[in-house]
Amino acid sequence: MTSIAKPPVRHPSSRTNGRGLALRDYEGAMSTLCAGCGHDSVTAALVQAAWELELEPHRVGKMSGIGCSSKTTAYFMKQSHGFNSVHGRMPSVTSGAAAANRSLTYIGISGDGDSLSIGFGQLSHAIRRNVDMLYVIENNGVYGLTKGQFSASADIGSLSKKGEANEQAPIDPVLLALTLGATFVARSFSGDKKQLVPILKAGLAHNGLALVDVISPCVSFNDHEGSTKSYSFTRDHEVEVVQTDFVPLQREITVPETDAHVRVVQMHDGSKVRLRATQADYDPTNRESAYAYVRDCQLRHELATGLLFVDEGGRSMHEMLRTVEKPLIDVPYEELCPGSAALDALMRRFR
Amino acid sequence: MSGINDFAFKIGTVNGTGSASANALLMQAIFRMGIPVTGKNIFPSNIQGLPTWYEIRVSRDGYTARPSAVDLVVALNPSTYAKDVATVRPGGYLLYDSTWPLDPDLVREGITILGIPFGQLCVDAFEGDRDRTLLRNIAYAGSLAALLGIDMEIVGGMLTEKYGKKPKLMASNQKAIQLGYGYAMEHFACPLPFHLAKMDATADSILIDGNTASALGCVFAGATVGAWYPITPATALMEAFKGFCEKYRVDPETGMHNYAILQAEDEIAAAGIVIGAGWAGARSFTNTSGPGISLMQEFIGLAYYTDIPAVFFDVQRCGPATGMPTRTQQADLMTLAYASHGDTKHIVLFPADPHEAFGMAVESFDLAERFQTPVFVASDLDIGMNDWMVKRLTWDDRYRPDRGKVLDAAALEALPRFSRYADVDGDGIAARTLPGVSPKGAYFVRGSGHDKHAAYTEDSDAYLEVVDRLKRKFAHAATMVPAPAIHSHGPADVGLVTIGGCDAAVREAADILRAQGIAADVMRIRAFPFGEAVREFIAGHERVFVIEQNRDAQLRSLLTIELSVDPNTLTSILDYGGMPLTAKVVVDAVSAHLAGVTA
Repeated sequence: MTSIAKPPVRHPSSRTNGRGLALRDYEGAMSTLCAGCGHDSVTAALVQAAWELELEPHRVGKMSGIGCSSKTTAYFMKQSHGFNSVHGRMPSVTSGAAAANRSLTYIGISGDGDSLSIGFGQLSHAIRRNVDMLYVIENNGVYGLTKGQFSASADIGSLSKKGEANEQAPIDPVLLALTLGATFVARSFSGDKKQLVPILKAGLAHNGLALVDVISPCVSFNDHEGSTKSYSFTRDHEVEVVQTDFVPLQREITVPETDAHVRVVQMHDGSKVRLRATQADYDPTNRESAYAYVRDCQLRHELATGLLFVDEGGRSMHEMLRTVEKPLIDVPYEELCPGSAALDALMRRFR
Repeated sequence: MSGINDFAFKIGTVNGTGSASANALLMQAIFRMGIPVTGKNIFPSNIQGLPTWYEIRVSRDGYTARPSAVDLVVALNPSTYAKDVATVRPGGYLLYDSTWPLDPDLVREGITILGIPFGQLCVDAFEGDRDRTLLRNIAYAGSLAALLGIDMEIVGGMLTEKYGKKPKLMASNQKAIQLGYGYAMEHFACPLPFHLAKMDATADSILIDGNTASALGCVFAGATVGAWYPITPATALMEAFKGFCEKYRVDPETGMHNYAILQAEDEIAAAGIVIGAGWAGARSFTNTSGPGISLMQEFIGLAYYTDIPAVFFDVQRCGPATGMPTRTQQADLMTLAYASHGDTKHIVLFPADPHEAFGMAVESFDLAERFQTPVFVASDLDIGMNDWMVKRLTWDDRYRPDRGKVLDAAALEALPRFSRYADVDGDGIAARTLPGVSPKGAYFVRGSGHDKHAAYTEDSDAYLEVVDRLKRKFAHAATMVPAPAIHSHGPADVGLVTIGGCDAAVREAADILRAQGIAADVMRIRAFPFGEAVREFIAGHERVFVIEQNRDAQLRSLLTIELSVDPNTLTSILDYGGMPLTAKVVVDAVSAHLAGVTA
């Protein structure tokens, strides 16, 4: 959505991929998300993944709904076709586009608000339909654009900017996807580019819907009670000269480099997230054990990360619909219209 | 008055008891006798147990509107006896199942009551409850064949067509027909004074419903993506599309489909799928009814604002809310014309019958792509689900889809810069590109404020440029949509303005009025936005009546809003109880109004 064009210059020595494109060619407009937003790290990972996969930018459909996450589509692959649809409805638009032209690569970017509340139904049915797409959820547990309400993925006990504790159980998109029969389920962290880029690449290569839940911290809504940088504190103590708004500049959070399987990451508001990477003996082809593993991690207040489940034998939307290999938009009209002779013959049925 | 090939009858039964096939048999047999015929199925919104009626009108003059009165009622549902007997015209007939004593509700002076023990006949002739119940319907069809003079050879031929490969069913149906036919011939003076005599007036016609015809239009238009959510009375449209696609669009060798039908999780998703497919370049459509249109509004606004083609079939039913799902109305006119929030206006087509539903289905895709916008085809339950006798459908093999302004890779290459929403030709239509065609054609679709380059903006001038272009585009559409159908027999002071399925009744009413000395021209509006011809017709008549099927005179409102017509010059005739319009309603209202004016 909101976008500022980047100057089209690149360093002459920058590396190019097999298509002769530099990383810069896979970038989009200047981000207007808050500095330090995890979503921008996801953008960077998408840029990297697309560059490494040597995707043709104009053969990519970047699909999104509404919200901070959905702005991401403007910030990568500027030569791709973008589609900001309506809140929570990106999956249906992508389903239609994929039905019409299966030869494109579809990248759907959504958020926890967009996908787990208003879009919960569409997410679920896109999984059931197994649309051939990469479906990224930039998950921060909060509504950023409307300034700080809980989202459906917020943990019990997490505090809103007003200090209210969330009391409802979170919806975990990974458990949801596993339950619904998704054929590719992964989770990562926006600051863990090392893990995220290969997952995105695998998701893009997957035949069917690849759901990637990316924990992506929100920098702006950390103004809980007691903070001297909170909105309420500022309001109580300010002398208003001009009406203004304030978005604190923050640094991007990255995961610490460590060999430990559990990595603790401190978020902008001081809370900590415990990420557990899947271990070497983890079997990502067994849905039941994958579900149990993710659930066990959840009970330990840890987030399982990595490629959690994959079923390359699942039938994608087009396989279920038995659509022709050629994109439907390329089927000549002459093959679509039965013609007057067929209609004349058919008319006998109505006599 | 009733007479040879000019009468109506209806059958009152309980839904779920299998009367549909008997009623279809009757209607089709009359049609095959070469006699114009129309059937109206008046059914409840449930699966079984509630009253249902089937009305058949026979009209040698070819009138297809719902009859104003019936000459014969077949009363087979005790719970509606009182209501059914009241609908018989004085001097008419009532046929009931005399297995049971004559119900006091069925007694009425001035009509002839005929009893046939259908129940007992079937109990004696058939084994098992199922056969006895189902075949009772065939038995009453047999008795009507005797009473009305239906050609039994034709009936026999139809049974052979249907059950020729099922000897057991063939035998039982033939037996049931003969039960009713034989009893009537033996006990009554057959045929009745009003009855059938072979004609040659249906050779060039078919019996078809509007949903089926619309679906055929989608096939012939080259639609490849259909998305929907089941809803009465629109469901049959996509089911028919699926059936035709399986017939015409499946590769017999590979079994692969060159179409995609997605049953969505709801109407919102159906709209999203259609818009996504339209953006990607497919001819795509959805079929729904009022509640579905309500749900789709946000997406409709998005498609309007972002210039994406999509076709929406709205098979209207009674609203508001859930309303009466199995009754007809034209109460979505305002909703369709201005669907979604903000300033929006949409192209809406109004077929009058299944024949036009076929043609308008094709035209809707051309308009949607030419103007890159949502287009609605406003059918209704009467058109969509009832059996109409219409001219047979034909196809011109020279037809090619109008894809509108789509820039291919070469055309893009020739441009210094592609601007998605630039009005290069001054007609309000900006050229589009399809995803994946060329790097130069990539752009961003956004429902947020955008400029002519499709870039985000909150700048007033840039915003105005886009929304004012959309307004110009809509004005341009008024010159391209179907012109109104005008029927005139010479100079007339009275103008009857109507829309959609009301046409048959209004044109019949004009004939009746003319016979009464009132000359009336008829204009049927076929599309929104209204063209100049609509304005001229209204201005050219001293008294204009607007006949439509909704409570709040929505067509009249649209005419006054869009054409700045003085509302006081338009007199409304509103019929919105859910039944198809009859000529009598129109004649009575016009006569009463003119009498009042004269007095």
